[in-house]
Amino acid sequence: MRVELQVNGRRAEVDVEPRCTLLDCLRDTLGLEGTHAGCEHGVCGACTILVDGEPARSCLMLAVQADGHELTTIEGLSLGPGELSVLQDAFCETHGLQCGYCTPGMILAAHALLARTPQPTRADIVEAISGNLCRCTGYGQIVEAIALAAERLRSANIKTGET
Amino acid sequence: MGEVASFKYVSRKRRVREDRRFVSGQATYVGDVTPPGTRHAAVLTSPYASARIVKIDASEALAMPGVDAVVEGRELAAATDPLLIGVDAPLVKRYPLAVGRARYAGEWVAAVVAETRALAEDAREKIRVAYEELPFVLDAEAAYQPSSVPVHPEHGSNVLLDRPFVWGEVDATFAAAPHKLAYRVKWGRSATVPIETFGVVASWDPWREMLDVWASIQMPKFADQIARALRMPMNQVRVHQDVDVGGSYGVKRGIKHTVLAGFLSRKLGAPVKLIEDRLENMRGGDMHGPERTFDVELAFDGTGLVHAMRMRAIDNVGAYAGRSPLQLGKPVGAIVGPYRIEAVAYHAIAVTSNKTPQEAVRGFGQAPTNYAIETGLDRVAETLALDRLEVRRRNFIRADEFPYLIPSGTTYDSGDYHAVVAKTVKHVDWDALVAERDKLRAGGHLAGVGVASCLEPSGANSSFEPLLNPKNTTTTWMESCRIMVDALGAVTLTIHTTSAGQGHETLAATAAGEALDIDPDRMRVVRATSLESLPSNSPVGSRMAIMLGGAAYRAGQKLRDKLVAIAAHQWGMPAAQLHYRNGGAEDPATGRALEWPDLILIAHRHYHLMPPDMEPGLAVSHVLQVPTGGGLPSPDGRIQMYPCFSFEFHVVLVSIDPEIGRPHIHRYVVGHDCGTVINPDIVRGMTLGGIAHGLGAALLEEFAFDGEGQLLTQSFMDYLLPSAHEVPEVEIVHHVTPSPHTVFGQKGSGESGYLGAPAAISSAINDAVRPLGIRFEALPIRISAIGDAIARAKGLP
Amino acid sequence: MKPVAFDYVRPTNVSEACALLAGDDGARIIAGGQTLIPLLAMRLARPTRLVDIARIADLAFVRDEGEDVRIGAVTRQSVAERDPIVATKLPLLAKALPWVGHKATRHRGTVGGSIANADPAGEIPLVAVTLQATITVQDAAGSTELAAGAFYLGPMITALPEGAIVTHIRFPVWQEGRTGAGFHEVSARRSDFAFVASAAQVALDADGRCAALGVGIGGASDTPVRLDAVSEALVGSRLEETEVREAVVAATANLETVDDLHASATYRKRVAATLARRAILDARDEALGGRHAR
Repeated sequence: MRVELQVNGRRAEVDVEPRCTLLDCLRDTLGLEGTHAGCEHGVCGACTILVDGEPARSCLMLAVQADGHELTTIEGLSLGPGELSVLQDAFCETHGLQCGYCTPGMILAAHALLARTPQPTRADIVEAISGNLCRCTGYGQIVEAIALAAERLRSANIKTGET
Repeated sequence: MGEVASFKYVSRKRRVREDRRFVSGQATYVGDVTPPGTRHAAVLTSPYASARIVKIDASEALAMPGVDAVVEGRELAAATDPLLIGVDAPLVKRYPLAVGRARYAGEWVAAVVAETRALAEDAREKIRVAYEELPFVLDAEAAYQPSSVPVHPEHGSNVLLDRPFVWGEVDATFAAAPHKLAYRVKWGRSATVPIETFGVVASWDPWREMLDVWASIQMPKFADQIARALRMPMNQVRVHQDVDVGGSYGVKRGIKHTVLAGFLSRKLGAPVKLIEDRLENMRGGDMHGPERTFDVELAFDGTGLVHAMRMRAIDNVGAYAGRSPLQLGKPVGAIVGPYRIEAVAYHAIAVTSNKTPQEAVRGFGQAPTNYAIETGLDRVAETLALDRLEVRRRNFIRADEFPYLIPSGTTYDSGDYHAVVAKTVKHVDWDALVAERDKLRAGGHLAGVGVASCLEPSGANSSFEPLLNPKNTTTTWMESCRIMVDALGAVTLTIHTTSAGQGHETLAATAAGEALDIDPDRMRVVRATSLESLPSNSPVGSRMAIMLGGAAYRAGQKLRDKLVAIAAHQWGMPAAQLHYRNGGAEDPATGRALEWPDLILIAHRHYHLMPPDMEPGLAVSHVLQVPTGGGLPSPDGRIQMYPCFSFEFHVVLVSIDPEIGRPHIHRYVVGHDCGTVINPDIVRGMTLGGIAHGLGAALLEEFAFDGEGQLLTQSFMDYLLPSAHEVPEVEIVHHVTPSPHTVFGQKGSGESGYLGAPAAISSAINDAVRPLGIRFEALPIRISAIGDAIARAKGLP
Repeated sequence: MKPVAFDYVRPTNVSEACALLAGDDGARIIAGGQTLIPLLAMRLARPTRLVDIARIADLAFVRDEGEDVRIGAVTRQSVAERDPIVATKLPLLAKALPWVGHKATRHRGTVGGSIANADPAGEIPLVAVTLQATITVQDAAGSTELAAGAFYLGPMITALPEGAIVTHIRFPVWQEGRTGAGFHEVSARRSDFAFVASAAQVALDADGRCAALGVGIGGASDTPVRLDAVSEALVGSRLEETEVREAVVAATANLETVDDLHASATYRKRVAATLARRAILDARDEALGGRHAR
């Protein structure tokens, strides 16, 4: 079945089975492998992308449902080849990751939070990432990364959404 | 290295270079590896805990378009050798697919290969298997009985390991002791469950006679075991170690998956990709952790000094075993914990049952053992109405007693447990914490402070192998690093293992940089395939800071020595008179110097200026044997095990709403001493992550089975991993007692936090419920169990 | 974990959707998919065709109709969560919505999906039962209204007729006196399926006496349960803690509760009473605080 998707600002026409999840379509059909499969039943959050700017679990969407939405994957956050966004760089600064498997989903959830809440409290941050499971870090350095990014975005006078 | 030295790069804040590719989504996990022509596998599992496989009819499946093959156990067993088992039990044979009988619900019975994973799953549903159900055993004590149904009748019983050890005058000490106590605790079956499941791509090239393997792997001697099982020379197996591994924490040993994929690839002449889905992983990935019951007796005096311990540990390893029974042996190397217990009797029992097999889990049995020991220290304090901290202080090995030989034959390298505890107690403001606990109690809550003081053995001198299996006389535990400086003066390190987020590239560069007095960030680090690899034993046993750090440093020293020798030769001077700095060598007497570019040029191009007999170019390597290694056990089972011992001291304040029963952690502080820290951010991450794992094991996670041997917790809906809501903020109090055995004084920290958190959280909850006369003696401690126990104690319905 | 193969069709209106269901035994509705897709992945659901109603505009709305608030079935949970009508007119639903799944699932999941799914631990069904909402269902033959109290028959089992779709849910708005709501939930982790949950709404008259009360228990039994006996016992009282406690304990004395790995039946029963009491007292305090004074 043909579907027209809008991914990272670009149009992509794909032909997939209806049973193909958006996760598998992004990875296998569009070659965007930064979105990861952790459980395929909607609990771990490793498959998190942004749908119209809000976090959604791509393993809980079918590709054929995803037309007409703005889809953002981790590949869409980098500013250019080899260039990290402020948020991505903050994760590197605090070492808010280890194996990296949950990281794209985590960063997208954080991105959505900062777009909506430029000065998040620790509780806001924890709530925003509570749907993304991490087995490596114990979350401490992740929370610090997001707080650092918030602070840097504020002081750099960058409008949220332009991160 | 006795004193705390000052380093240029070691111990300084440094970004972990690997993070760049992860935050941009540009890492390469095995799921991202798809060679041209790849076919996809799925596995069919046994619905029964024990059954004879009467017939497998794959005809309908094979007739479906896009299906390449269906393979079952007999075909595989005819073409491969059984997978290795760590103990001496050759009749406990294990193949990737069940052969003739299924021995646990979830065991892989057949494999389907098709054009896509979805098609493989469609075809899988069409395979008809006729089973004849057989008797089964699930409980460890029942399995231990000679009359029990044996999971492997050829082996004759369910006993894989039954080994008593006696170190010191145990009976006499017990007889003479004024006080004794006995208790039982149970460590529930859980595991570190990475977010990425195990996966492998195997590709057989008949033209080059090469089996290429990409896998999400953390396994010593991986290529060896694949080659053995597939009956190939090891140099026909090429493991690509630059695959990023999405977390492992011990479990991703993947031998059965890889042998299966390798076999399928050879059969089909195409690459075969097998990625466990979460259901396959939980039930049949064979990555469960220890399920262990401890019966402990302590002999102590009126001041709380523990003089002897008896410990019986029985572990239910499941239907097959790889290395899992050895997890009863590793704790022998720290069997007395941080305490001066003089005599120990340890009885280690591993039994098979019709449950999912276990695999190595972070700490390799040390976390459950620490839980058992720490429970005892709390009980001693309770019995004598002494303060729990004071009892520990009295029992601790003292700083001036190191190196300290424990009864089971291991010498602890260094430590200052009293200092770590003092620092932590001061940081936490112990009296204020207890007052806070009492205030919570006055407000109607139950509240408790928990403590745990534990060792983290590190370095993986894995002499538990010959200890538990005399036929295995392996004493080589090594790691390697190669450094090459190219003709334009850039430095490239090669390491010879996979990593799962531990920052090994950054670690190796830092160590080499320290030796070479060159900024580590200027060095590139690459990974060799198994064919180009120097000997390596993978990141296990909290070893890489010690071993990879050591190998990289030694290689760096060799390179530095070579550069100095080249310079010395130019001036006809002894090398010892030159001063090396920033990649160049200087003659302090005259000030003349040859800098890095000059020396590189000579090494690569000016053979006429080289010292006699020196090899051209600048490539050096070092293969490091584990410090204190190389020994075999004595007849009475004494052996030097791991070389270095890190220490952690946990303090936790917990409150419980008595009507609800949910524990809430108010404060979590851990004192941590892992010697010299090579990269502070990496070590901190390990400790915080380890505590999160420990919290899961203590409160949330269990692979629970029903009476029919069915796994109840088959998905993440029922196997509950802690989220950011459940893991508290953790304060780390740092201390450094360097190890005399390592190049910087570093010890391992890869298992930190996990080894003590379950004990500490259990201690806190028990402190909270003790006023009601309640005691929890099994993990995990669920909310419902707490709520029900409180209600019972209060006489409520 | 790949689903079985199925067709996918997107009708533009409800009649078309009903006709598709009527004509095909293997056809199934998908809206948000947050519950259905895991079932598909595990092959526990095996439709031959998915009928996607998520974009039928007629089914996405939140309407203040005076005595009721009517919510279209495919209204996203996150939209309902942010809606000012829900916040002011349906305080109990507003309190319950943040407990439904995670933010990421609420962006996709729908109110009607949760209602139709009938998870015993579902927060939205619990509120529907507690407030005695009415569920409108439509099939090829036409529309019917079903009382929420008669809709839930067992775990994941409802009175939804074969081939019918939930089109909207009508929640009564409490007009009299000062209203307050309370919601409590216990689960192993913050966003898990509840072991036990309680939803309560209270209206106090000018004297501070209870004019109306609804309290329900979710997660403890096979369906959400409205504790009618508590309403009967406490209307007219001042909702003092002791009398609330007694009424709730009496009403839950014979509650049949579920026993599973996560919580025992005794735990669920005992904590059901605790949470019901707390929810009622919270609702009372909120009403006294005048938040929803009329």
